[in-house]
Amino acid sequence: MNKKRKIADILVNIWMRIGLYLLLSIPVFIVIGLFWKAGPLLKSQSLANLLFSSRWSPMKGEFGFLPFIFSSAYVTVLAFLLSAPLCLFAAIYLTQFSKQRLLNFMLPVIDILAGIPSVVYGVWGILVIVPLVSDGIAPFFGTSSSGYSLLAGGTVLAVMCIPYMLNMLIEVFHTIPVGMKEASLSLGATSWEMVKHVILRKGFPGIISAFGLGISKAFGETIAVLMVVGNTLNISLSPLKPGYPLPALIANNYGEMMSIPDYDSALMFAALLLFVVILIINLFFRYFIHKGEKV
Amino acid sequence: MNSMTLSYQSQLTARRAVSQNEIKVSELKEAAPIVEIKGLNVRTKDGEILKNINLEIPKNKIVVLLGPSGCGKTTLLKSLNRLTDLHKELKVSGQILIDGQDITKAGQNLANMRQKMGLLSQRPFPLPASIYKNVAYGLKLKGIRSKKLISHSVETNLKRVGLWNEVQDRLKSPANSLSIGQQQRLCLARGLAVKPTIILADEPTSALDPISTKIIENLFKDLKKHYTIILVTHVLRQALRLADHVVFMYYGEIIEQGHPDDILKNPKTKILKKYLIDGN
Ligand SMILES: Nc1ncnc2c1ncn2[C@@H]1O[C@H](COP(=O)(O)OP(=O)(O)OP(=O)(O)O)[C@@H](O)[C@H]1O
Ligand SMILES: [Mg+2]
Repeated sequence: MNKKRKIADILVNIWMRIGLYLLLSIPVFIVIGLFWKAGPLLKSQSLANLLFSSRWSPMKGEFGFLPFIFSSAYVTVLAFLLSAPLCLFAAIYLTQFSKQRLLNFMLPVIDILAGIPSVVYGVWGILVIVPLVSDGIAPFFGTSSSGYSLLAGGTVLAVMCIPYMLNMLIEVFHTIPVGMKEASLSLGATSWEMVKHVILRKGFPGIISAFGLGISKAFGETIAVLMVVGNTLNISLSPLKPGYPLPALIANNYGEMMSIPDYDSALMFAALLLFVVILIINLFFRYFIHKGEKV
Repeated sequence: MNSMTLSYQSQLTARRAVSQNEIKVSELKEAAPIVEIKGLNVRTKDGEILKNINLEIPKNKIVVLLGPSGCGKTTLLKSLNRLTDLHKELKVSGQILIDGQDITKAGQNLANMRQKMGLLSQRPFPLPASIYKNVAYGLKLKGIRSKKLISHSVETNLKRVGLWNEVQDRLKSPANSLSIGQQQRLCLARGLAVKPTIILADEPTSALDPISTKIIENLFKDLKKHYTIILVTHVLRQALRLADHVVFMYYGEIIEQGHPDDILKNPKTKILKKYLIDGN
């Protein structure tokens, strides 16, 4: 009996290890594959040129990724600015101040919103946000826009990120012990002071990681953005102008125009770039989480 | 007889010396009760936690709440400074008068009211900040900005609870790095720093060694001069050592209350008798 248990223990242990290593190897293989495929481009062009040049004409062998990087960063930051404060306040309100019934009603709604496929958000963007930009916002500011714009991309992204981040934030705020809130209140804090000193302080690492995951998701999101962002090369600070984020570049062009030398390699480089940026975002937020946890 | 300045021991001797009637008279002479609970009910959708609680808490006395686990002692303390508001599932009805003011009414300045009633919760919950900031927290909320005043208060209050020697070199480290017993004393120091008039202490010595317990007990006897203390304890001997008045609760009701000598030595009800026998 004892021997049997020991063997079972060892087997389970081995099986868990294999699973873990398999899991860990996936990103490693992705990076190796992307590197290998992007090799030809990296050999023929300098990295600085690839990252900071804005000249993109594959026919002539010019591959400057700056417009794509710019568009990606633009829609991501825009989406973050639109969604993060909203989610933070909504989560605080729902967990601290609202009636239990509202929270019980909202939780499944948020889950449903998070589960809607991104193509549906894209269609919604075309039907609602794009006309709103072209017929409402652009004329209001005295310019014209087709509506397919960075603003439309950022807005659709924000709407997609909201249920995702809200869910995580609610989870974070639920883990804060009631006793700590009671301590703050019983020392004379008002509700808002309690939120500031306990909820936001104690929840800080969780808030940061929710934001980090939200940004990663926004940066990599493809279909919904591609449908409303215009897909035109452009480096302009105006949100009413179209853009062309990295994921859209890959999704629009992979498998086409493969006769152009290095084009295939360039798309792989774009994928590698996406991967690396998301890695950096995650490391960056992880650093803050660690810093926050020390308090 | 000015009973407020007498120590507990001499009060006891004094009490034994005078006749029953005189005690009644001397009690009547005291100021109106600082806390008056009238018909307090707390219920959830599953049932009642507190049933028709009527209780008067005399000023500058230690009132001890006794009773088996789950009988509603903590809930009663939390009702007194309306922390029950945080628990949306609890329905509170009845009147609680603090210094004649009904705190259950809407439109209260809850923050002010709560500062008058220091709550020491059953489990210590340091705020997510340093040891120093934990003690300074209430003062800052009060609007006190003077660094000198604050650090003086931090030092005195940490000394009062016997924690100063242990933490004076690491006031800047996070409060949750302290042991549970140290956290318990930190929370007491933090509560005393805001100078409440009533102290609600929920088993404040449950995680302490005998020496620290003694320090806290002596502190409470001393605090009685200026504060009213409502103390929950499961330690009968502690109740006997500290209490001026004992309230015995059972399943959300007050079964018996009175002078500790009467309650703990000559219980009237069967329930209390059984509780005391099993407890010894
Ligand atoms: N928020 C709540 N929701 C539902 N039931 C609750 C809530 N708070 C307390 N109760 C119930 O009320 C009863 C009294 O709880 P309370 O914490 O007041 O007991 P207690 O006398 O302090 O016990 P102990 O000596 O173990 O601390 C318990 O049965 C508990 O389950
Ligand atoms: Mg309790």
